[in-house]
Amino acid sequence: MSLRRFIAVRVAATVPILFGVSVLTFALVHLTPGDPIDQMVALNPQISAAEEAAIRARYGLDGPVWQQYLTWITNVLQGDLGTVISVDQPVLPYILARLPETVALGLFGWAIALLIAIPAGIYAAVNKDTLGDDLSRVFALSGISLPNFWLGLMLILVFALWLDLWPVLAPDKPLLSPEMLWYLVLPGVTIGTASSATLMRVMRSSMAEEMNKQYVTAARAKGLPERTVVLKHVLRNSLISVTTIAAFLTASIFAGAVVVEQVFAWPGLGRAFVGAIVGREVDLIMAITLFTGVTIILANLLADIMYAVLDPRIRYD
Amino acid sequence: MSTDRGRIRITGFDADRVERREPLSDWTETRDTETEGRWERAWREFRRNRSAMLGLYIVAAMSLLALLARPITVAGVTVQPFSLAPYDPSAILYAQGLDVSAYEAPSLAHPFGTDGSARDVFSRVLYGGRFSLSIGFIVVLVTAAIGLVYGAIAGYYGGWVDEMMMRLLDLIFAFPGLLLALIIVAVLGKGYWELVLAFTAIGWAGYARLIRGEILKVKENEYVMAAKALGARDRRVIFRHVVPNAVAPLVVQASLSIGTVVIGVAALGFLGLGLPPSSAEWGTMLDQTRETIVQGPGGSIPWWVTVFPGGAIFLFVMSMNLIGDGINDALDAQEGEDVARGGEV
Repeated sequence: MSLRRFIAVRVAATVPILFGVSVLTFALVHLTPGDPIDQMVALNPQISAAEEAAIRARYGLDGPVWQQYLTWITNVLQGDLGTVISVDQPVLPYILARLPETVALGLFGWAIALLIAIPAGIYAAVNKDTLGDDLSRVFALSGISLPNFWLGLMLILVFALWLDLWPVLAPDKPLLSPEMLWYLVLPGVTIGTASSATLMRVMRSSMAEEMNKQYVTAARAKGLPERTVVLKHVLRNSLISVTTIAAFLTASIFAGAVVVEQVFAWPGLGRAFVGAIVGREVDLIMAITLFTGVTIILANLLADIMYAVLDPRIRYD
Repeated sequence: MSTDRGRIRITGFDADRVERREPLSDWTETRDTETEGRWERAWREFRRNRSAMLGLYIVAAMSLLALLARPITVAGVTVQPFSLAPYDPSAILYAQGLDVSAYEAPSLAHPFGTDGSARDVFSRVLYGGRFSLSIGFIVVLVTAAIGLVYGAIAGYYGGWVDEMMMRLLDLIFAFPGLLLALIIVAVLGKGYWELVLAFTAIGWAGYARLIRGEILKVKENEYVMAAKALGARDRRVIFRHVVPNAVAPLVVQASLSIGTVVIGVAALGFLGLGLPPSSAEWGTMLDQTRETIVQGPGGSIPWWVTVFPGGAIFLFVMSMNLIGDGINDALDAQEGEDVARGGEV
């Protein structure tokens, strides 16, 4: 199979998964007992049954479930994701307003993860079975075992409250101001630590595997300095698996955002999601879930394609 | 593989591998006929691993402390009379006429201090282990069992059955687990068994995929064909011949994912969507401390209400991961030994 054909097949295969994701999202949310209308009615007992039915009809909450699904998916495909009932605002602008905050947080976390993981992984692989390697192992193990919400709280405690290096609350500034970017370091470290631990172990083992290959012996035999061998030959080949894993980490970074945004009171999608669950904002829950699912599927697709492009030896089957 | 000896370069000789044979050096003629089960051998290997044993001791100690924290009565009969926790974990102490206020710093009477409702944090941390630990173990047992059956069926039959079953897994993997767990808890409501169900619903997929991959490898073996040729039914072939040989990575995965479940449960508790707000569950305890930390009560910072419950989660998960790594090494090392003996596995 040619590369182009592989990509085409892979892209086509995502279509049914996307459909399944939309069905699952809808099904999950519609199993929820009670909707915002129930809450409204509970708060305003004077609403009559006829008025309640009218409100339901207005938000498309009447009719059988499959019909509601069809209505919903048709609207979604036309860019209408429904309404955030409590603030009476369409979902799409509501999400788009919070998206940059989460993307900034995710990118920061990702960058920190890569900045720690790649050098540490190289170091551990080159100095295998030394003290440095053991230390990196301890770091990786702690990184995976640290609950991110607790790490966030501890960072606030130590760096914001005791050492006073960071403000405790996010400054009320536009996202791209220096104060905001400085503030992002703490949540970025919080969200990136677990990923960096995973990435570092992958980096180390793929480096160690490459170091044993014959082309390394060949490169050494022709007298290249060890530095060139490691950084030019081995690193390139071992980065292939790291790139793919990094794309797969999108899911864990988003899950991290849900918690970390809560810790740092960061006004992003994750916090909106928790708010939506507490307030039973059906449209918003579905929109964010669907959005996440689609993002992750596309990230995985990208990872597969990247893998195929970067490593010509891969068999497409 | 090569080793330098003076000016001569010896190839085909791997010094590392010979060192790996060290544990076998007490070999004697009679041992030749002895056999040792793979699990016995793995356990022997595991016991030699100091960090894994440390993890095992910590997990055992924490489980024991949680169990003995308060007496347990089943249907009016006290089955566990010990009470290591000095105070009732849910008791508001000044309401009992004790001279205790909210946010008291750690002292001899209250080693971990008191929380915002003047409850003894030490007692709560001890008792809280019950929630996290039991949910962790239950979820992992149930998910591993479901995943095992699902993956075994998909992998063994292959074809369109496999295709359909795997597409369902793809769906689950398209969402971050925590997100699905949140929605499920929102659907079912808060509570202990609701949490178990939520984490079961998202957890089994990983095992299913893992086992399927292993089954695909194992079922090509000749002994499987032999069993089929002797007329064994599918169910017998799958669960007697194929599964036992594919189960090692499942055990590793299970031991590593107890920690993941415990962190997940605590995360939901922290978001206020786990157990009821007053329960002594570790994550739920942290939820109540966030406000006080971020908004900072005047003067002192009650660091102990954050440090200790979170530290308990960290310690437990870390120990669980040490155990998981140990199991992984033990099962791996065994394969290594087989190869060193000549490779007839």
